Amino acid sequence: MAKQMRVLLEHAGKIDPTEARDYIAVGGFRGLAKARQMDRKALIEEVKASGLRGRGGAGFNAGMKWSFVPQDTPQKYVICNLDEGEPGTYKDRAICQNNAQAVLEGMAICGAAIGSQQGYIYCRGEYPFIVDLLHKAINSAKEHGALGDFAIEVRMGAGAYVCGEETALIESIEGHRGEPRFKPPFPGVAGLWKAPTVVNNVETFACLPYILVNGAAWFAGIGAPKYPGTKVLSLTGDVNNRTFFEVPTNITLREVIFDLGGGIPNGKQFKAVQVGGTSGAFIPEKDLDTPIDFDSMCAIGAALGSGAMLVLDETRAIVDVVARISKFFEHESCGKCNPCREGTFRCREIMDKINSGQGSEQDLDNLLLLTRVMQTAALCGLGQAAPTPIESTIKYFRSEYLAKFA
Amino acid sequence: MNCQDIIAAFRDKPGGIIEAYHAVQKHYNYLPPEAIKEAAKTFGCSEAQAYGAATFYSYLSVKPRGKYVIRMCESAPCHIAGADQLIKAFEQELNIQVGQTTPDGKFTLELTECVGQCQGTPVITINSVPYVNMNSDQVASVLALCK
Repeated sequence: MAKQMRVLLEHAGKIDPTEARDYIAVGGFRGLAKARQMDRKALIEEVKASGLRGRGGAGFNAGMKWSFVPQDTPQKYVICNLDEGEPGTYKDRAICQNNAQAVLEGMAICGAAIGSQQGYIYCRGEYPFIVDLLHKAINSAKEHGALGDFAIEVRMGAGAYVCGEETALIESIEGHRGEPRFKPPFPGVAGLWKAPTVVNNVETFACLPYILVNGAAWFAGIGAPKYPGTKVLSLTGDVNNRTFFEVPTNITLREVIFDLGGGIPNGKQFKAVQVGGTSGAFIPEKDLDTPIDFDSMCAIGAALGSGAMLVLDETRAIVDVVARISKFFEHESCGKCNPCREGTFRCREIMDKINSGQGSEQDLDNLLLLTRVMQTAALCGLGQAAPTPIESTIKYFRSEYLAKFA
Repeated sequence: MNCQDIIAAFRDKPGGIIEAYHAVQKHYNYLPPEAIKEAAKTFGCSEAQAYGAATFYSYLSVKPRGKYVIRMCESAPCHIAGADQLIKAFEQELNIQVGQTTPDGKFTLELTECVGQCQGTPVITINSVPYVNMNSDQVASVLALCK
């Protein structure tokens, strides 16, 4: 029986996330103290050596990202991405509601590494109660002098999925429409107000205090060697335990769904799991013994993404769910680049046509062609990933599409 | 408080226009035309840019809305949990369609994408407060909470 491994969530429910005192009592802010005594270069090397990779979905080595920031610029920024817009995902909310102080500490550690005194938390507009929680947490940390000269300001988004993309997020903090920028330059070189900026996910920051206290080798030894550490997953859909879990990254999908998740309700059979949020691939039963780590998921044409898991039982109509998902992307496309603006519109149009029984096999060929165009030519991850649910279900659940043509 | 005073409080915040809009909406439930004009002046951008920002985000509205904004999540997890039936139940109970406001200005019904409460689908929010595991039978009692 697979078990959770709680690092970030060890004290969940036992400490008040807004109270720095509670966090200090369980060993909080010792990582930051250690980081501040280290040479910047050595600190970045330590984070690199831990193998910590971005927990927002892209899986980029965190220390590597920091190392791109030039040393000699006076103004630099640390941004915490709390936009969490992937449908099915609620793990960053869970981390804040249980261990917000670790997120603040992680941001300050990043600040020490790149030489920044100013942090921003960009919280999605759907979570005003988390904004309140964070304000209390920041005030409490300040009162205890826990953050030193590192200041953190919370900014609230206003309901735009694309703002989870780091350059769109930066545009939004600057007060503009949340449209992604052309890259390069990457934010590490020219980000917020053109200053070097590190944008990391909530969970990535929350890992840092534990890496500093326990050492890079300790972290690198947990879970899958190439994507080490723990991962917080959020379960939804047709699964008995719809909640969040923190697990080592070498756990398999089957263990997550059937051991931790408690299996499928009402004695029904498993049909598919969509991993990584609504932009993720649908995975059939045959691939359930795959570990959840980034590279193992890539190897089966899927992505760990945010760590959301939407489980579907045997009664669910795949084409209907995917048609609904294609409407999501049409709505959330920012419209800046043509492949995404037009592509998400056409995907939705064709999926609706198929779902209403008006489609043909030619439509599947057109969808797969459109998928290739969007994956190749869209400006940001939104447009590139939008057709993934369509592509993966045509591959694994083709019979359900064909049944619509009968 | 008028728009000018609300927005002025954010004058020194770089890029604070969205924060200012949130504050205006808290007061008026939407962004009146004078809020856009005032924001452009305060943050040194054109009115077109201020309007562009106001209309980009789905939580900001340049059209008047009711005192209580009900948002029904229709993302995939809520979709399979019966969001469609729940939307119909709200439309019936309020006697309006999605996107409309009741004649007394009390309720606006909107669709939204994921609000991050997928442990308890289907989910609605009323003025951003989530109500989870909703079913059609609970619609009347939830609306009764809005005084």
